[in-house]
Amino acid sequence: MSGVTMNKVIKKYGDVQVIHGIDLEIEDGEFCVFVGPSGCGKSTLLRMVAGLEETTGGSMSIGTRDVTHMDPAQRGVAMVFQTYALYPHMTVKENMGFGLKMNNHPKKEIEEKVAEASRILKLDDYLSRKPAALSGGQRQRVSIGRAIVRGPEVFLFDEPLSNLDAELRVEMRVEIARLHKEIGATMIYVTHDQVEAMTLADKIVVLRLGHIEQVGAPMDLYRDPDNKFVAGFIGSPAMNFIKGTAGDGAVEVPGLGQTIEIGIAPAYKGKSVDVGLRPEHLAIDPAGGDLRVDLVESLGGVSYAYLESPAGDRIVVEERGDDRVSEGQMVGLTFETQRVYLFDAETEMRIRT
Amino acid sequence: METAGQKPLVVWALNISVVVLVLLWIFPTLGLFVSSFRTGEQITASGWWSSMFPAEQTVQLRAADPDDNRIETSAGVFIVEGNIFEGGDTLTIDAWATSSRDLGAFAAGETADLGDGETLTLEADGSYVWQGDEDQLSGRGQRIFVDATVPPEFTTNNYGFVLFDEGNSEGMAKAFFNTLTVVIPATIIPILIAAFAAYALAWMDFPGRALLIAAVVGLLVVPLQLALIPLLSLHNAIGIGKGYLGVWLAHTGFGLPLAIYLLRNYMVGLPRDIIENARVDGATEFQIFTKIILPLSFPALASFAIFQFLWTWNDLLVALVFLIDSSGQTTVMTKQIVELLGTRGGDWEILATSAFVSIAVPLAVFFMMQRYLVRGLLAGSVK
Repeated sequence: MSGVTMNKVIKKYGDVQVIHGIDLEIEDGEFCVFVGPSGCGKSTLLRMVAGLEETTGGSMSIGTRDVTHMDPAQRGVAMVFQTYALYPHMTVKENMGFGLKMNNHPKKEIEEKVAEASRILKLDDYLSRKPAALSGGQRQRVSIGRAIVRGPEVFLFDEPLSNLDAELRVEMRVEIARLHKEIGATMIYVTHDQVEAMTLADKIVVLRLGHIEQVGAPMDLYRDPDNKFVAGFIGSPAMNFIKGTAGDGAVEVPGLGQTIEIGIAPAYKGKSVDVGLRPEHLAIDPAGGDLRVDLVESLGGVSYAYLESPAGDRIVVEERGDDRVSEGQMVGLTFETQRVYLFDAETEMRIRT
Repeated sequence: METAGQKPLVVWALNISVVVLVLLWIFPTLGLFVSSFRTGEQITASGWWSSMFPAEQTVQLRAADPDDNRIETSAGVFIVEGNIFEGGDTLTIDAWATSSRDLGAFAAGETADLGDGETLTLEADGSYVWQGDEDQLSGRGQRIFVDATVPPEFTTNNYGFVLFDEGNSEGMAKAFFNTLTVVIPATIIPILIAAFAAYALAWMDFPGRALLIAAVVGLLVVPLQLALIPLLSLHNAIGIGKGYLGVWLAHTGFGLPLAIYLLRNYMVGLPRDIIENARVDGATEFQIFTKIILPLSFPALASFAIFQFLWTWNDLLVALVFLIDSSGQTTVMTKQIVELLGTRGGDWEILATSAFVSIAVPLAVFFMMQRYLVRGLLAGSVK
């Protein structure tokens, strides 16, 4: 088993460049998640690791082997597709054994490996069925089983849970996490769902428009985002951004009707900044204020209140406890100053204080 | 209200047209089938539809020869006894007569007065008593016209004659096997070539692929007649001449554009992920083709096979141009039927039987494979 190293990897379709020089180190046995909005290049990058897309520039290696221009079959990777990509005319058993059969492994070895994989994924009862006779969750398990059987150095998952319903998605997410613990192989996982990214990853790679925005452990990205994009992408519901102006050791925020005392560098004085506040770090000020409650979503344990300021800023607040606001009410907000994130409005980079 | 009223109307129109089409198709086929089991006389006497039911018919029979069979019961009184159905089929007698001018004059069991004391009694079971004096019971046996209900009668003699009669130089047996010899390779060869071509055009990247696809689509609209003479002179020039090889090549060539087009459209619709997964699994292009693409394309392959089979089976033109020579040893069934129309134009039973022999195999193929026909067609063209 081995890690994956990318060195200034580039992908172009004709004149259109979609991946702009990615440098990335994925450790042996690490669970690495690529996240980003649609069209950010995360699937393309994964397919380049798989060898299904030609790498236009730069180099890529798995372990110590340079795989930049290698055929998919020789890279020692196995891929799990969003659409499962099971062979519809073969039984579950034949599906799982196909890769080994193509590489001329002896029958007995194939039997053993299929049996082992089906034990791990609890597929024993379905081995003689065709994919059409399986549910969505079972199909995805078969697809994962097919990857396990091949014993690859790197597992690649391309949005594997997107076609499942919400309940199954949670179940399979736990199963994939368990699988990673049990097998310990390097896994690269592509998703646009930041909940999957947060729960599964050892390392998250946030991509936008073919660039890496930030790489780090899930909680590091949550607590310490490098820029406005990562701050807004990680966390649910997303961080609130309110316009403000830097002053002397303080930021004036007209949307909140407050001036936040914060140690901002004097160099920013007079510049406009974006103030980031996570919904879970905000609390309703019972004394009232000039924010109007537009809408309240109650999920039981928590409620999300959508507030609108006189200046038109929209702010989401997470509420717990028994005393919750109702629509139309006028309220104020309180928060702890150390929970405030500041971003340069122009470059969108984090201003650390 | 209007929209609610319109939909049933459309449905009705659809149902009615389906019924009309089915009837249009079924009646001639059934007629041909029934006629092939009737004798020439039956075909000229009545339509095939009436042959299915018992028919009222007048049968002329004759009493036994009086000179040999008469018995003198008392002086000058002779009788002839017997059964008129002896040596033939027993019929149900509805009525009978002794003269053709007065058919159905008597019921069974009645006695007919033939004048001057001569009488004839006919019972329901066919036994009769004919009584008269010496002069009256002489010469030929008395004619009896029986009105009877005849059950449907069919014969397989036509098939025996058309297929198995060694002495029949216009039989279909040889032509049948000649047709098979043309059709089977002419179906398999284009499918083999087209499957490879379709896979390459659908899933392999090479320069000029789009142009090749456009060329195939262009060839779809080239009429076959255009190529007959140049192709035949080519065959003659390279020494193939007229024969099975020539007709196989011709059918292959004429069938390929549609075959490639249908199969390519079907294969392109197969999920990309499956093929990519096979590639990651380490399958070579050839393994992907044989283990994944071919099994998954079976409906399309089957539907094209049915098409190619049907129109090479029914083909006359290509066979005439590329196969049939003056020796007559390579006559196919369509050609044989054309010949029969000339030489046996009046013998409808032979024509009907020969025609049915030639449509029997396409019918069987169609009914066995029709689900693939529909599935392959839809998948190939709509997707």
